[in-house]
Amino acid sequence: MEYSINTFEKLLNTCKKENKKIYEIMQEKEAYDFEKSVQDVRNKTENILIAMKQAINRGLKSKEKSSSGLCGDDCNKLIEKYKKHKSLFGELFEKIVSYAIATMEENLRMNKIAACPTAGSCGIVPAVIISLSEKYKLDKEEEINALITAGTIGYVFSAKIPMAGAVGGCQTECGAASAMAAAGAVYIMGGNEKQIINAAALALKNILGLTCDPVSGLVEIPCVKRNAFLAIHAITAAELTMANIESKIPADEIIDAMLQTGQLMSPLLKETSQGGLALTKSGILINRELSNKYSVTEGT
Amino acid sequence: MKQRSLFDIISPVMTGPSSSHTAGAVRLGLMARNIYKEIPEEVTFVLYNSFAKTGKGHGTDKGLLAGLSGYSVDSENIKNIFNLKETKNIKYKYLFEQNADRHPNAVDFILSGNINMTISGSSTGAGNIEITQINEFSTRISGEFNTLLLFYKDKPGMISKVSSLIQKENINIATLECDRNAKGKTASMCICLDGEISDTIIKETENIEDVYFVRNIRKLED
Repeated sequence: MEYSINTFEKLLNTCKKENKKIYEIMQEKEAYDFEKSVQDVRNKTENILIAMKQAINRGLKSKEKSSSGLCGDDCNKLIEKYKKHKSLFGELFEKIVSYAIATMEENLRMNKIAACPTAGSCGIVPAVIISLSEKYKLDKEEEINALITAGTIGYVFSAKIPMAGAVGGCQTECGAASAMAAAGAVYIMGGNEKQIINAAALALKNILGLTCDPVSGLVEIPCVKRNAFLAIHAITAAELTMANIESKIPADEIIDAMLQTGQLMSPLLKETSQGGLALTKSGILINRELSNKYSVTEGT
Repeated sequence: MKQRSLFDIISPVMTGPSSSHTAGAVRLGLMARNIYKEIPEEVTFVLYNSFAKTGKGHGTDKGLLAGLSGYSVDSENIKNIFNLKETKNIKYKYLFEQNADRHPNAVDFILSGNINMTISGSSTGAGNIEITQINEFSTRISGEFNTLLLFYKDKPGMISKVSSLIQKENINIATLECDRNAKGKTASMCICLDGEISDTIIKETENIEDVYFVRNIRKLED
Protein backbone atom coordinates (compact mmCIF):
# COMPACT_ATOMS: atom_id res chain seq x y z
CA MET A 1 0.00 0.00 0.00
CA GLU A 2 1.00 3.58 -0.55
CA TYR A 3 1.49 4.90 2.99
CA SER A 4 3.16 8.13 4.03
CA ILE A 5 4.90 7.55 7.37
CA ASN A 6 7.49 10.31 7.63
CA THR A 7 6.39 11.24 11.19
CA PHE A 8 5.51 9.11 14.21
CA GLU A 9 2.12 10.83 14.36
CA LYS A 10 1.37 9.74 10.78
CA LEU A 11 2.60 6.23 11.53
CA LEU A 12 0.31 5.91 14.56
CA ASN A 13 -2.67 7.38 12.71
CA THR A 14 -2.11 5.01 9.81
CA CYS A 15 -2.00 2.05 12.21
CA LYS A 16 -5.27 3.20 13.81
CA LYS A 17 -7.04 3.91 10.54
CA GLU A 18 -6.02 0.63 8.92
CA ASN A 19 -6.28 -1.32 12.18
CA LYS A 20 -2.82 -2.75 11.56
CA LYS A 21 0.40 -3.22 13.47
CA ILE A 22 3.46 -1.08 12.77
CA TYR A 23 5.32 -3.95 11.08
CA GLU A 24 2.31 -4.63 8.83
CA ILE A 25 2.20 -1.02 7.63
CA MET A 26 5.97 -0.98 7.01
CA GLN A 27 6.15 -4.29 5.13
CA GLU A 28 3.18 -3.33 2.95
CA LYS A 29 4.70 0.09 2.23
CA GLU A 30 8.10 -1.41 1.40
CA ALA A 31 6.49 -3.96 -0.91
CA TYR A 32 4.47 -1.23 -2.65
CA ASP A 33 7.37 1.26 -3.00
CA PHE A 34 9.77 -1.31 -4.46
CA GLU A 35 7.30 -3.44 -6.45
CA LYS A 36 7.94 -6.57 -4.39
CA SER A 37 5.72 -8.91 -2.42
CA VAL A 38 5.33 -8.68 1.35
CA GLN A 39 6.88 -12.16 1.46
CA ASP A 40 9.98 -10.81 -0.37
CA VAL A 41 10.32 -8.11 2.28
CA ARG A 42 10.00 -10.68 5.05
CA ASN A 43 12.49 -13.06 3.41
CA LYS A 44 15.03 -10.28 3.12
CA THR A 45 14.47 -9.39 6.78
CA GLU A 46 14.95 -13.03 7.74
CA ASN A 47 18.33 -13.06 5.98
CA ILE A 48 19.39 -10.07 8.06
CA LEU A 49 18.32 -11.89 11.24
CA ILE A 50 20.38 -14.90 10.17
CA ALA A 51 23.44 -12.68 9.64
CA MET A 52 22.87 -11.09 13.06
CA LYS A 53 22.73 -14.48 14.79
CA GLN A 54 25.82 -15.72 12.95
CA ALA A 55 27.75 -12.61 14.02
CA ILE A 56 26.71 -13.14 17.65
CA ASN A 57 27.66 -16.83 17.57
CA ARG A 58 31.05 -16.15 16.01
CA GLY A 59 31.67 -13.19 18.29
CA LEU A 60 30.93 -15.18 21.44
CA LYS A 61 33.72 -17.62 20.56
CA SER A 62 36.44 -15.25 19.38
CA LYS A 63 39.23 -13.35 21.09
CA GLU A 64 40.81 -12.04 17.87
CA LYS A 65 41.91 -8.42 18.10
CA SER A 66 41.20 -5.79 15.46
CA SER A 67 43.97 -4.74 13.07
CA SER A 68 44.70 -1.77 15.35
CA GLY A 69 45.08 -4.14 18.31
CA LEU A 70 42.92 -1.84 20.45
CA CYS A 71 39.85 -4.03 20.91
CA GLY A 72 38.54 -7.54 20.40
CA ASP A 73 38.76 -9.50 23.65
CA ASP A 74 36.10 -7.83 25.79
CA CYS A 75 33.31 -10.30 25.01
CA ASN A 76 35.55 -13.13 26.12
CA LYS A 77 36.22 -11.33 29.41
CA LEU A 78 32.47 -10.99 30.01
CA ILE A 79 31.85 -14.66 29.30
CA GLU A 80 34.64 -15.71 31.64
CA LYS A 81 33.26 -13.42 34.33
CA TYR A 82 29.73 -14.78 34.01
CA LYS A 83 31.04 -18.35 34.20
CA LYS A 84 32.36 -17.57 37.68
CA HIS A 85 29.87 -14.97 38.87
CA LYS A 86 26.40 -14.64 37.42
CA SER A 87 25.10 -11.15 36.73
CA LEU A 88 23.13 -9.54 39.54
CA PHE A 89 20.52 -8.68 36.91
CA GLY A 90 19.99 -12.16 35.58
CA GLU A 91 20.70 -14.13 32.45
CA LEU A 92 18.90 -11.73 30.14
CA PHE A 93 21.21 -8.89 31.15
CA GLU A 94 24.25 -11.13 30.58
CA LYS A 95 23.02 -11.99 27.12
CA ILE A 96 22.21 -8.42 26.09
CA VAL A 97 25.62 -6.97 26.98
CA SER A 98 27.52 -10.01 25.65
CA TYR A 99 25.63 -10.08 22.35
CA ALA A 100 26.14 -6.35 21.80
CA ILE A 101 29.89 -6.60 22.34
CA ALA A 102 30.17 -9.90 20.41
CA THR A 103 28.58 -8.23 17.37
CA MET A 104 30.69 -5.09 17.58
CA GLU A 105 33.87 -7.13 17.95
CA GLU A 106 32.99 -9.12 14.84
CA ASN A 107 32.56 -5.78 13.09
CA LEU A 108 36.01 -4.50 14.00
CA ARG A 109 37.57 -7.85 12.98
CA MET A 110 36.30 -7.10 9.46
CA ASN A 111 33.83 -9.95 9.67
CA LYS A 112 30.22 -9.98 8.48
CA ILE A 113 27.57 -7.99 10.40
CA ALA A 114 24.29 -6.26 9.62
CA ALA A 115 24.66 -2.47 9.68
CA CYS A 116 21.50 -1.77 11.69
CA PRO A 117 21.30 1.15 11.30
CA THR A 118 25.08 1.65 10.92
CA ALA A 119 28.16 -0.54 11.35
CA GLY A 120 29.25 1.47 14.41
CA SER A 121 25.91 0.79 16.10
CA CYS A 122 25.44 -2.76 14.80
CA GLY A 123 25.38 -4.46 18.20
CA ILE A 124 22.38 -2.78 19.81
CA VAL A 125 19.34 -3.98 17.85
CA PRO A 126 20.49 -7.63 17.54
CA ALA A 127 21.52 -7.79 21.21
CA VAL A 128 18.06 -6.74 22.35
CA ILE A 129 15.92 -8.56 19.79
CA ILE A 130 17.82 -11.87 19.79
CA SER A 131 18.17 -11.98 23.60
CA LEU A 132 14.47 -11.28 24.10
CA SER A 133 13.54 -13.69 21.34
CA GLU A 134 15.42 -16.44 23.17
CA LYS A 135 13.78 -15.48 26.46
CA TYR A 136 10.26 -15.45 25.00
CA LYS A 137 10.98 -18.39 22.63
CA LEU A 138 9.79 -16.46 19.59
CA ASP A 139 9.26 -18.21 16.30
CA LYS A 140 10.82 -16.98 13.04
CA GLU A 141 7.78 -14.92 12.02
CA GLU A 142 7.67 -13.09 15.36
CA GLU A 143 11.40 -12.30 15.13
CA ILE A 144 10.84 -10.86 11.68
CA ASN A 145 7.94 -8.75 13.00
CA ALA A 146 10.17 -7.43 15.79
CA LEU A 147 13.01 -6.47 13.45
CA ILE A 148 10.65 -4.75 10.99
CA THR A 149 9.09 -2.87 13.94
CA ALA A 150 12.57 -1.70 15.03
CA GLY A 151 13.42 -0.80 11.43
CA THR A 152 10.24 1.28 11.10
CA ILE A 153 11.38 3.52 13.96
CA GLY A 154 14.67 4.11 12.13
CA TYR A 155 12.78 4.68 8.90
CA VAL A 156 10.64 7.45 10.41
CA PHE A 157 13.63 8.89 12.27
CA SER A 158 15.73 9.13 9.13
CA ALA A 159 13.02 11.07 7.28
CA LYS A 160 14.27 14.05 9.32
CA ILE A 161 17.78 13.12 10.45
CA PRO A 162 20.33 11.15 8.45
CA MET A 163 21.75 8.36 10.58
CA ALA A 164 25.35 9.46 10.52
CA GLY A 165 27.66 10.55 13.29
CA ALA A 166 29.07 13.16 10.93
CA VAL A 167 25.64 14.83 10.79
CA GLY A 168 24.30 14.63 14.33
CA GLY A 169 26.87 12.92 16.50
CA CYS A 170 26.41 9.51 18.12
CA GLN A 171 22.87 10.39 19.23
CA THR A 172 21.87 9.78 15.61
CA GLU A 173 23.69 6.42 15.39
CA CYS A 174 23.78 4.53 18.70
CA GLY A 175 20.95 6.73 19.99
CA ALA A 176 18.77 5.87 17.00
CA ALA A 177 19.74 2.20 17.29
CA SER A 178 18.69 2.24 20.93
CA ALA A 179 15.29 3.71 20.03
CA MET A 180 14.86 1.01 17.39
CA ALA A 181 15.82 -1.71 19.87
CA ALA A 182 13.44 -0.28 22.49
CA ALA A 183 10.60 -0.44 19.96
CA GLY A 184 11.48 -4.02 19.04
CA ALA A 185 11.58 -4.93 22.74
CA VAL A 186 8.13 -3.45 23.41
CA TYR A 187 6.74 -5.31 20.42
CA ILE A 188 8.11 -8.56 21.87
CA MET A 189 6.80 -7.70 25.36
CA GLY A 190 3.34 -7.34 23.86
CA GLY A 191 3.03 -3.55 23.90
CA ASN A 192 0.65 -1.74 21.54
CA GLU A 193 1.59 0.61 18.70
CA LYS A 194 1.45 3.72 20.86
CA GLN A 195 3.70 2.08 23.45
CA ILE A 196 6.19 1.00 20.77
CA ILE A 197 6.57 4.63 19.68
CA ASN A 198 6.67 5.79 23.30
CA ALA A 199 9.61 3.50 24.04
CA ALA A 200 11.49 4.94 21.07
CA ALA A 201 10.70 8.44 22.35
CA LEU A 202 12.01 7.65 25.84
CA ALA A 203 15.21 6.15 24.46
CA LEU A 204 15.86 9.12 22.16
CA LYS A 205 14.99 11.73 24.77
CA ASN A 206 17.50 10.34 27.21
CA ILE A 207 20.41 10.17 24.83
CA LEU A 208 20.18 13.70 23.39
CA GLY A 209 23.56 15.31 22.89
CA LEU A 210 25.68 12.16 22.62
CA THR A 211 28.78 13.09 20.65
CA CYS A 212 30.82 11.08 18.13
CA ASP A 213 34.50 11.44 19.09
CA PRO A 214 36.17 8.11 18.37
CA VAL A 215 39.84 7.73 19.18
CA SER A 216 41.98 7.82 16.04
CA GLY A 217 38.81 7.89 13.94
CA LEU A 218 38.25 4.16 14.36
CA VAL A 219 34.96 2.40 15.14
CA GLU A 220 36.48 1.02 18.36
CA ILE A 221 36.88 3.45 21.27
CA PRO A 222 34.24 4.12 22.62
CA CYS A 223 31.95 2.42 20.08
CA VAL A 224 32.33 -1.23 21.14
CA LYS A 225 31.43 -0.77 24.80
CA ARG A 226 28.91 1.95 24.00
CA ASN A 227 26.81 -0.59 22.12
CA ALA A 228 26.41 -2.59 25.34
CA PHE A 229 25.39 0.51 27.29
CA LEU A 230 22.85 1.61 24.68
CA ALA A 231 21.34 -1.89 24.47
CA ILE A 232 20.57 -1.69 28.19
CA HIS A 233 19.32 1.87 27.66
CA ALA A 234 16.78 0.41 25.23
CA ILE A 235 15.58 -2.08 27.84
CA THR A 236 15.11 0.73 30.37
CA ALA A 237 12.93 2.59 27.85
CA ALA A 238 10.92 -0.57 27.15
CA GLU A 239 10.35 -1.41 30.84
CA LEU A 240 9.27 2.15 31.70
CA THR A 241 6.89 2.05 28.74
CA MET A 242 5.35 -1.25 29.80
CA ALA A 243 4.61 0.42 33.15
CA ASN A 244 2.60 2.99 31.14
CA ILE A 245 5.11 5.75 31.79
CA GLU A 246 4.64 8.21 28.97
CA SER A 247 7.12 10.57 27.40
CA LYS A 248 5.62 14.02 28.01
CA ILE A 249 7.34 15.20 24.84
CA PRO A 250 6.03 13.34 21.77
CA ALA A 251 8.49 11.39 19.62
CA ASP A 252 8.27 13.79 16.65
CA GLU A 253 9.19 16.75 18.83
CA ILE A 254 12.12 14.84 20.31
CA ILE A 255 13.35 14.25 16.76
CA ASP A 256 13.18 18.03 16.20
CA ALA A 257 15.15 18.58 19.41
CA MET A 258 17.72 16.00 18.33
CA LEU A 259 18.07 17.63 14.94
CA GLN A 260 18.63 21.02 16.57
CA THR A 261 21.06 19.52 19.09
CA GLY A 262 22.99 17.96 16.21
CA GLN A 263 23.12 21.28 14.40
CA LEU A 264 24.37 23.07 17.50
CA MET A 265 26.97 20.38 18.19
CA SER A 266 30.48 21.46 17.26
CA PRO A 267 31.87 19.79 14.13
CA LEU A 268 34.82 18.83 16.35
CA LEU A 269 32.49 16.32 18.03
CA LYS A 270 30.89 14.88 14.90
CA GLU A 271 33.03 12.00 13.63
CA THR A 272 36.03 14.20 12.94
CA SER A 273 38.07 12.93 15.93
CA GLN A 274 39.15 16.50 16.63
CA GLY A 275 37.67 16.80 20.10
CA GLY A 276 36.35 14.93 23.12
CA LEU A 277 37.77 11.46 23.76
CA ALA A 278 39.90 11.60 20.62
CA LEU A 279 41.86 14.56 22.02
CA THR A 280 42.38 13.28 25.53
CA LYS A 281 46.00 12.65 26.51
CA SER A 282 45.49 8.90 26.05
CA GLY A 283 43.52 9.36 22.85
CA ILE A 284 46.31 11.41 21.30
CA LEU A 285 48.90 8.85 22.38
CA ILE A 286 46.96 5.98 20.81
CA ASN A 287 46.49 8.00 17.63
CA ARG A 288 50.23 8.68 17.44
CA GLU A 289 51.11 5.00 17.89
CA LEU A 290 48.61 3.95 15.22
CA SER A 291 49.83 6.62 12.79
CA ASN A 292 53.29 5.08 13.00
CA LYS A 293 51.90 1.57 12.63
CA TYR A 294 49.83 2.44 9.55
CA SER A 295 52.29 4.78 7.86
CA VAL A 296 53.83 2.22 5.47
CA THR A 297 52.30 2.24 1.98
CA GLU A 298 51.42 -1.29 0.96
CA GLY A 299 51.18 -2.88 -2.47
CA THR A 300 52.90 -5.42 -4.65
CA MET B 1 15.51 11.80 -5.12
CA LYS B 2 16.25 8.36 -3.80
CA GLN B 3 13.26 6.31 -2.65
CA ARG B 4 13.86 5.49 1.02
CA SER B 5 13.79 1.85 2.01
CA LEU B 6 13.40 -0.11 5.25
CA PHE B 7 16.56 -1.92 4.19
CA ASP B 8 18.58 1.31 4.23
CA ILE B 9 17.96 1.14 7.97
CA ILE B 10 18.31 -2.54 8.95
CA SER B 11 21.01 -3.52 6.46
CA PRO B 12 23.29 -3.96 4.49
CA VAL B 13 24.80 -7.17 5.70
CA MET B 14 28.43 -6.23 5.26
CA THR B 15 32.01 -6.77 6.29
CA GLY B 16 32.90 -4.34 9.07
CA PRO B 17 33.95 -2.07 10.52
CA SER B 18 32.49 1.01 8.82
CA SER B 19 29.65 1.54 6.38
CA SER B 20 31.27 4.65 4.92
CA HIS B 21 34.93 3.58 5.10
CA THR B 22 34.60 -0.16 4.37
CA ALA B 23 31.29 -0.94 2.59
CA GLY B 24 31.43 2.43 0.78
CA ALA B 25 34.98 1.65 -0.36
CA VAL B 26 33.95 -1.77 -1.69
CA ARG B 27 31.03 -0.22 -3.58
CA LEU B 28 33.28 2.48 -5.06
CA GLY B 29 35.61 -0.30 -6.21
CA LEU B 30 32.70 -2.22 -7.73
CA MET B 31 31.53 0.89 -9.59
CA ALA B 32 35.05 1.54 -10.89
CA ARG B 33 35.06 -2.07 -12.10
CA ASN B 34 31.68 -1.59 -13.82
CA ILE B 35 32.96 1.55 -15.52
CA TYR B 36 36.42 0.33 -16.51
CA LYS B 37 34.99 -3.04 -17.59
CA GLU B 38 38.28 -4.92 -17.77
CA ILE B 39 40.99 -6.03 -15.44
CA PRO B 40 43.56 -3.24 -15.16
CA GLU B 41 47.27 -4.02 -15.29
CA GLU B 42 48.01 -1.27 -12.83
CA VAL B 43 45.98 0.78 -10.43
CA THR B 44 46.89 3.62 -8.11
CA PHE B 45 44.36 4.39 -5.40
CA VAL B 46 44.59 7.98 -4.16
CA LEU B 47 42.82 8.26 -0.82
CA TYR B 48 41.88 11.72 0.43
CA ASN B 49 41.19 13.31 3.81
CA SER B 50 39.40 10.96 6.23
CA PHE B 51 39.90 8.04 3.82
CA ALA B 52 43.63 8.82 3.96
CA LYS B 53 43.77 9.37 7.71
CA THR B 54 41.69 6.46 8.98
CA GLY B 55 41.53 4.27 5.87
CA LYS B 56 43.96 1.59 6.95
CA GLY B 57 42.33 1.17 10.34
CA HIS B 58 38.97 0.77 8.61
CA GLY B 59 40.21 -1.50 5.83
CA THR B 60 39.38 1.15 3.21
CA ASP B 61 42.47 0.11 1.24
CA LYS B 62 41.33 -3.54 1.27
CA GLY B 63 37.75 -2.59 0.41
CA LEU B 64 38.73 -0.55 -2.66
CA LEU B 65 40.83 -3.40 -4.07
CA ALA B 66 38.18 -6.01 -3.16
CA GLY B 67 35.48 -4.05 -4.98
CA LEU B 68 37.70 -3.57 -8.00
CA SER B 69 38.24 -7.34 -7.97
CA GLY B 70 34.47 -7.92 -7.98
CA TYR B 71 33.80 -8.85 -4.36
CA SER B 72 30.58 -7.60 -2.76
CA VAL B 73 30.29 -5.74 0.57
CA ASP B 74 29.55 -8.93 2.54
CA SER B 75 32.42 -10.98 1.12
CA GLU B 76 34.64 -12.79 3.59
CA ASN B 77 37.54 -12.25 1.17
CA ILE B 78 37.82 -8.50 1.82
CA LYS B 79 39.84 -9.04 4.96
CA ASN B 80 42.42 -11.19 3.12
CA ILE B 81 42.30 -9.47 -0.24
CA PHE B 82 46.06 -8.76 -0.34
CA ASN B 83 46.74 -12.51 -0.15
CA LEU B 84 44.29 -13.66 -2.82
CA LYS B 85 45.32 -15.08 -6.20
CA GLU B 86 43.31 -12.64 -8.32
CA THR B 87 45.00 -9.59 -6.88
CA LYS B 88 48.49 -10.98 -7.44
CA ASN B 89 48.36 -10.08 -11.15
CA ILE B 90 47.38 -6.47 -10.57
CA LYS B 91 50.08 -3.97 -9.70
CA TYR B 92 48.51 -1.70 -7.13
CA LYS B 93 49.62 1.05 -4.82
CA TYR B 94 48.07 3.52 -2.45
CA LEU B 95 48.70 7.22 -2.03
CA PHE B 96 47.38 9.20 0.91
CA GLU B 97 46.60 12.88 0.51
CA GLN B 98 44.89 15.78 2.24
CA ASN B 99 42.90 18.13 0.02
CA ALA B 100 40.25 20.44 1.43
CA ASP B 101 38.59 20.76 -1.99
CA ARG B 102 37.73 17.07 -2.00
CA HIS B 103 34.97 15.24 -0.13
CA PRO B 104 36.07 13.94 3.33
CA ASN B 105 35.87 10.37 1.99
CA ALA B 106 37.15 10.70 -1.56
CA VAL B 107 39.22 8.42 -3.76
CA ASP B 108 40.72 8.42 -7.26
CA PHE B 109 41.27 5.17 -9.17
CA ILE B 110 44.06 5.75 -11.68
CA LEU B 111 43.72 2.72 -13.94
CA SER B 112 45.99 1.64 -16.73
CA GLY B 113 46.04 -1.30 -19.10
CA ASN B 114 44.37 -1.54 -22.51
CA ILE B 115 42.92 1.87 -21.82
CA ASN B 116 43.87 4.48 -19.26
CA MET B 117 41.15 5.98 -17.13
CA THR B 118 40.85 7.99 -13.96
CA ILE B 119 37.68 7.48 -11.95
CA SER B 120 36.92 9.60 -8.89
CA GLY B 121 34.29 9.02 -6.27
CA SER B 122 33.15 9.69 -2.74
CA SER B 123 31.63 7.60 0.00
CA THR B 124 28.71 9.77 1.05
CA GLY B 125 27.63 7.90 4.20
CA ALA B 126 25.79 4.72 5.22
CA GLY B 127 27.45 2.81 2.38
CA ASN B 128 26.12 5.16 -0.28
CA ILE B 129 28.56 6.33 -2.92
CA GLU B 130 28.85 8.68 -5.85
CA ILE B 131 31.16 8.54 -8.85
CA THR B 132 31.97 12.22 -9.23
CA GLN B 133 34.36 12.28 -12.15
CA ILE B 134 35.53 10.10 -15.03
CA ASN B 135 38.64 11.43 -16.73
CA GLU B 136 38.04 15.18 -17.02
CA PHE B 137 34.22 14.99 -16.88
CA SER B 138 32.10 15.44 -13.80
CA THR B 139 29.41 12.83 -13.21
CA ARG B 140 26.86 11.96 -10.56
CA ILE B 141 26.57 8.18 -10.67
CA SER B 142 25.24 6.60 -7.47
CA GLY B 143 25.08 2.99 -8.66
CA GLU B 144 21.35 3.00 -7.99
CA PHE B 145 20.46 2.93 -11.70
CA ASN B 146 21.82 1.33 -14.84
CA THR B 147 23.63 4.24 -16.42
CA LEU B 148 24.59 4.98 -20.00
CA LEU B 149 27.72 7.13 -20.21
CA LEU B 150 28.89 8.82 -23.43
CA PHE B 151 31.79 11.03 -24.42
CA TYR B 152 31.14 12.86 -27.70
CA LYS B 153 31.75 16.02 -29.68
CA ASP B 154 29.73 18.90 -28.25
CA LYS B 155 27.24 19.82 -30.98
CA PRO B 156 23.46 20.29 -31.37
CA GLY B 157 21.13 17.29 -31.59
CA MET B 158 23.18 14.71 -29.69
CA ILE B 159 20.78 14.36 -26.74
CA SER B 160 17.82 13.77 -29.03
CA LYS B 161 19.70 11.18 -31.09
CA VAL B 162 20.64 9.20 -28.00
CA SER B 163 17.28 9.56 -26.26
CA SER B 164 15.39 8.44 -29.36
CA LEU B 165 17.48 5.24 -29.40
CA ILE B 166 16.57 4.60 -25.77
CA GLN B 167 12.93 5.41 -26.56
CA LYS B 168 12.94 2.55 -29.11
CA GLU B 169 13.06 0.05 -26.27
CA ASN B 170 10.52 1.99 -24.22
CA ILE B 171 12.95 2.48 -21.34
CA ASN B 172 12.26 5.36 -18.99
CA ILE B 173 15.05 7.89 -18.37
CA ALA B 174 15.31 8.64 -14.65
CA THR B 175 17.87 11.46 -14.90
CA LEU B 176 20.06 12.95 -17.62
CA GLU B 177 23.10 15.10 -17.10
CA CYS B 178 25.62 16.63 -19.51
CA ASP B 179 28.98 18.27 -19.05
CA ARG B 180 31.61 19.59 -21.47
CA ASN B 181 35.14 20.87 -21.27
CA ALA B 182 34.45 23.72 -23.72
CA LYS B 183 31.84 24.65 -26.31
CA GLY B 184 32.35 22.55 -29.41
CA LYS B 185 34.93 20.31 -27.69
CA THR B 186 34.38 17.03 -25.89
CA ALA B 187 31.19 16.60 -23.86
CA SER B 188 29.84 13.89 -21.57
CA MET B 189 26.30 12.60 -21.14
CA CYS B 190 25.21 10.53 -18.18
CA ILE B 191 21.80 8.89 -18.46
CA CYS B 192 20.27 6.97 -15.56
CA LEU B 193 17.74 4.40 -16.75
CA ASP B 194 14.86 2.60 -15.07
CA GLY B 195 15.33 -0.51 -17.22
CA GLU B 196 18.08 -2.52 -18.81
CA ILE B 197 19.34 -1.37 -22.19
CA SER B 198 20.12 -3.94 -24.92
CA ASP B 199 23.49 -4.49 -26.57
CA THR B 200 21.90 -3.48 -29.90
CA ILE B 201 21.13 -0.01 -28.59
CA ILE B 202 24.64 0.30 -27.16
CA LYS B 203 26.08 -0.62 -30.58
CA GLU B 204 23.80 1.92 -32.32
CA THR B 205 24.85 4.58 -29.81
CA GLU B 206 28.50 3.81 -30.50
CA ASN B 207 27.79 4.25 -34.23
CA ILE B 208 26.39 7.77 -33.88
CA GLU B 209 28.79 10.14 -35.62
CA ASP B 210 31.16 11.98 -33.25
CA VAL B 211 30.48 9.66 -30.31
CA TYR B 212 33.92 8.73 -28.97
CA PHE B 213 33.18 6.47 -26.06
CA VAL B 214 30.15 4.60 -24.69
CA ARG B 215 29.79 2.65 -21.47
CA ASN B 216 26.78 0.76 -20.21
CA ILE B 217 27.41 0.94 -16.47
CA ARG B 218 25.46 -1.62 -14.49
CA LYS B 219 23.87 -0.61 -11.23
CA LEU B 220 25.16 -2.04 -7.96
CA GLU B 221 23.26 -4.97 -6.51
CA ASP B 222 21.89 -4.54 -2.96
